[in-house]
Amino acid sequence: MYILSTSIPNDLFQAAYFIFMKYAPLFIFGAKNTLIIALSSTLIGLVIGLGVGIIKTLPISSSDPLIKRLFIRFIRLITSIYVEIFRGTPMMVQAVFIYYSLNGLFSSSRILAGIFIVSINTGAYMAEIIRSGIQSLDNGQNEAARSLGMSNFQTMVFVVLPQAIRNAFPAIGNEFVVNIKDTSVLTVIGISELFFQANSIAGSIYKFKETFFVAAAVYLFLTYSTTLVLKYIERKMNMTGYDGPSSSTTPLITAHFKGETS
Amino acid sequence: MILEINHLKKSFSNLEVLKDISLSVEVGEVVSIIGSSGSGKSTLLRCINLLENYESGTILFNSQDINSNKQKVNQYRAQVGMIFQSFNLFSHLNVLENCVIGQVKVLHRKRKDAVVIAMDYLAKVGMLEFAKKSVMTLSGGQKQRVAIARTLCMDPQVLLFDEPTSALDPEMVGEVLQVIQNLAKEHRTMIIVSHEMSFAKEVSDRIIFMDQGYIVESGTPEQIFVNPVEARTKEFLARFIQ
Repeated sequence: MYILSTSIPNDLFQAAYFIFMKYAPLFIFGAKNTLIIALSSTLIGLVIGLGVGIIKTLPISSSDPLIKRLFIRFIRLITSIYVEIFRGTPMMVQAVFIYYSLNGLFSSSRILAGIFIVSINTGAYMAEIIRSGIQSLDNGQNEAARSLGMSNFQTMVFVVLPQAIRNAFPAIGNEFVVNIKDTSVLTVIGISELFFQANSIAGSIYKFKETFFVAAAVYLFLTYSTTLVLKYIERKMNMTGYDGPSSSTTPLITAHFKGETS
Repeated sequence: MILEINHLKKSFSNLEVLKDISLSVEVGEVVSIIGSSGSGKSTLLRCINLLENYESGTILFNSQDINSNKQKVNQYRAQVGMIFQSFNLFSHLNVLENCVIGQVKVLHRKRKDAVVIAMDYLAKVGMLEFAKKSVMTLSGGQKQRVAIARTLCMDPQVLLFDEPTSALDPEMVGEVLQVIQNLAKEHRTMIIVSHEMSFAKEVSDRIIFMDQGYIVESGTPEQIFVNPVEARTKEFLARFIQ
């Protein structure tokens, strides 16, 4: 697919159009990989975040046996170390370190390696999102559930988490959008996502400005359409009767949630 | 004797909130607890429901120590219904589902049966037409009536009311008190913490006056409101009547 750079128009937009038409399958292939990695990592990261976020909010009561208190403190320490390390270092560094540390483990599929890296990175951010989602709930919800006789586990699953996840949904969705952009760092371990594809195309035709203009447009298309879908889901969720914070000092917030179930 | 509390003590860090509470409640009895803020009334209710742990003393429910069997604490809680000042309806569920969830998850009732029971109690508190509404669309009085229905759905043997009308606008207090009064007429066992003195006088079989972590005086509404013996009771009532 070698072409002379002289056959490419000089105008930026025309050139970008030309490049996109010429290399559409390569861009689409990259965009597909970007989406696959971003979506699976966000979902897996959410699962990790739920686990870690719940651990971080586990109550320690002075009436608990010493062993239980020590155990909770221990796993909390582990989760804190995990969260701090993965939030405190660049994902590009994590990608290179993990990929070469687990040399051979992902030899069959680089995409899997990418999903693995982005998932544990996202998990660290999700943990904080879920933790604050749980802690922002009024304790009365918890007490009401317990006073009906629900166990701690039932209270978490049927009362706390549904509300925490709904409250945190905008932040969770934002992680997905961030991941679409941040998967570009996986190019350093040779995963053929969108940035990697653009880089290869640009290198073969010596048109960096034009090619990355196309890449930017494709990224923007991906993130903007994702944002629209997320907003739609958010609106749907709010129609199933969110009460707003129970405090009466937030009338402006509750005014947004006027829907009702049918 | 459905509930028997012996020498209950409870502190928050070094503040002693309940100093030596002994109290027993008969089946079908309506007991109102009055007293100024900080006297320990709400803490006592929360201890009975095990939302708070207590340091010493015992609480017997049907002659069983409620803390003797940790596995049965959840079952016990389901039998002792709590109605909160701030309603605490589950905001992700509609009115009907608020009344169904406990029945299905705790009492393991079939959903179909739970819905029938929920509808029944919602009708009883006058909220049937709101069954499919989101709880956010309700007024405070309506929320509290749903909260009462939610608790009744669990067939509790004792109802605990923790200042059920304190968070309500004045014009909504009546509708909630009416529901509680109807329950009293059915001879349900109830312990009510309230600042509504005339209501307490009307609905209760017994009034308990608490002050600074102690039960100062206890007796029939006439004894407490008309002929109080203790000076602190007189002083409290005098302030309230003004």
